Amino acid sequence: MSVVSEVGIRVRETEVSNAPEAYPRLVRPVKGRVVAGVAQGAAAQLRLDPVVLRLAFVLLTVVDGLGFVAYAALWMFTPKEQVKGREPGRDWGQLAAYGVLWLALAAFGWMTGASSGGFGTWPIAVGGVGALILWQQADPGRRQRWMTGAVKQVSTTWVRTIIGALLVAVGAIGFLAASGELAKARTGLVFTAVVVGGILMIAAPYLASLVKELQRERTERIRQEERAEVAAHVHDSVLHTLTLIQRNANDAREVTRLARSQERELRNWLYQPKQDADATLAAAVRRVAAEEEDAHGVPIEVVCVGDCELTDGLVALLHAARQAMVNAAKYSESPVISVYAEVEADEVTVFVRDRGKGFVLDDVPEDRMGIRQSIIGRMERHGGGARVRTEPGDGTEVMLTMKRNT
Amino acid sequence: MKTVRVLIVDDHRLFRSGVRAELGPSIQVIGEADDVDSAVAAIADLQPDVVLLDVHMPGGGGQEVLKRVLGPGSQVRFLALSVSDAAEDVIGVIRGGARGYVTKTISGAELTDAINRVSDGDAVFSPRLAGFVLDAFASTEAPPIDPELDSLTQREREVLRLIARGYAYKEIAKELFISVKTVETHVSSVLRKLQLSNRHELSRWATARRLV
Repeated sequence: MSVVSEVGIRVRETEVSNAPEAYPRLVRPVKGRVVAGVAQGAAAQLRLDPVVLRLAFVLLTVVDGLGFVAYAALWMFTPKEQVKGREPGRDWGQLAAYGVLWLALAAFGWMTGASSGGFGTWPIAVGGVGALILWQQADPGRRQRWMTGAVKQVSTTWVRTIIGALLVAVGAIGFLAASGELAKARTGLVFTAVVVGGILMIAAPYLASLVKELQRERTERIRQEERAEVAAHVHDSVLHTLTLIQRNANDAREVTRLARSQERELRNWLYQPKQDADATLAAAVRRVAAEEEDAHGVPIEVVCVGDCELTDGLVALLHAARQAMVNAAKYSESPVISVYAEVEADEVTVFVRDRGKGFVLDDVPEDRMGIRQSIIGRMERHGGGARVRTEPGDGTEVMLTMKRNT
Repeated sequence: MKTVRVLIVDDHRLFRSGVRAELGPSIQVIGEADDVDSAVAAIADLQPDVVLLDVHMPGGGGQEVLKRVLGPGSQVRFLALSVSDAAEDVIGVIRGGARGYVTKTISGAELTDAINRVSDGDAVFSPRLAGFVLDAFASTEAPPIDPELDSLTQREREVLRLIARGYAYKEIAKELFISVKTVETHVSSVLRKLQLSNRHELSRWATARRLV
């Protein structure tokens, strides 16, 4: 987490330092201008979105033409940005949009008398200030989302449709009420409502079936994708293993090894919740056992009871357990090895047991590193304990214990 | 020595014939079934001593068979046999009434032994099942509702731990200085607790951890 935020900060710093000056002069950019680039320039200076300033200018223009005066003044006093070559054209689409917005506001202002600077100005002013405050309060990420939400028409489609419909209805009714025609239009409105309702009733089943069909197609597509994924997995792993088994049919040991490793992989894929293989003790024990099983071709049965986070001591325990598994697989000639790991409130115990030929512990030469150093020595260095029980002909069991809080 | 009459219920024909070939002379396979309906019919018809029951089958699986067959006065004993090691399946089928659970990788000799044991009314625990039981009974912090049923005794815990470590009953008896019969008694008692304990944590635990 901290790394990510660090990187984020660094990126922002380089952005800032890459800017030509720490406090850039107010200029009117040519590229992307709508009228004369005043709003864009001011926005760059204030580190705001140009849209905010443009809206502010439009709004202020409605109020006694204040915005118009301000814009003209800034236009005169601000130098134009120097561009090499041909000047890029205006964004006529945006200009048209702001024009329409201005027209709408002007009409609204004219109807309510707000534009004459009277009492009606205040709602617009308060609303505008409120919107700006909201905009400023929002963190950059959320602002980004608002902006993309307004641009991409994905997630907010419903909200915008409803708000749009409400606005249109309020506008229409408001217009009728203002011009005193509401009473006359009532019969017409009722008639329209009835007709629209009728059409909806006729079209409803068709629309519903359309929606259902769409959903069916979507589920079908998801199903097909899943099937394709399963097919890909089976092909990569199971079929591959079956081919290998056929080619090694004479080598019983190899066939067993292949079958077991494939079984394990398939089981993991089918049932195991996605987990970090090294995050917890049980997962780590299973992983170690699987690796040694693959390396030596001897089945290792793992049973885990309880689970906990890995600590330094437990990593040492894991290394010792691995060494015990390697010893059992290499020297005991046991057909199967049992590994049992139990996590209790204060300590962790791991047993590695084989039913192989066993040995006499005292006969093991001093210089043999496997048991003395890698298992017993390692456990004692980390504050744990190891006990080896073995007898010729009676198999071997290695018991490893480690306190949890070390 | 008496022979044990066994019915094999499994939807894989290859597996049924494999098991048939592997079982020792003390076992007599008296029939096979490949889905829930035919299994229920065959059990009513043949009255086997032991049913080898696959956990996953078309039509509801082994648990459905148990539900439809087991009732008061039922003499049939079930040994569940499955490729799945999912805790949900293992605990589910045991709580459904099976007297043991072994995986399909078990050798013929071990399976013969397990069938004989179930036929004698004992329980058969694989190392993994023992691990599940220890985990399930240990993982609940809520105080037991019925102390007799909802917790394991120290001795039962020791026995289960040794099973999980891969010890055979004979080895457990030697390790704990008790008779094999006593080991069997402990395991049966654990099975009874597992089946009768009302604590819903058991089922919830099994559902929560899908598989190991």
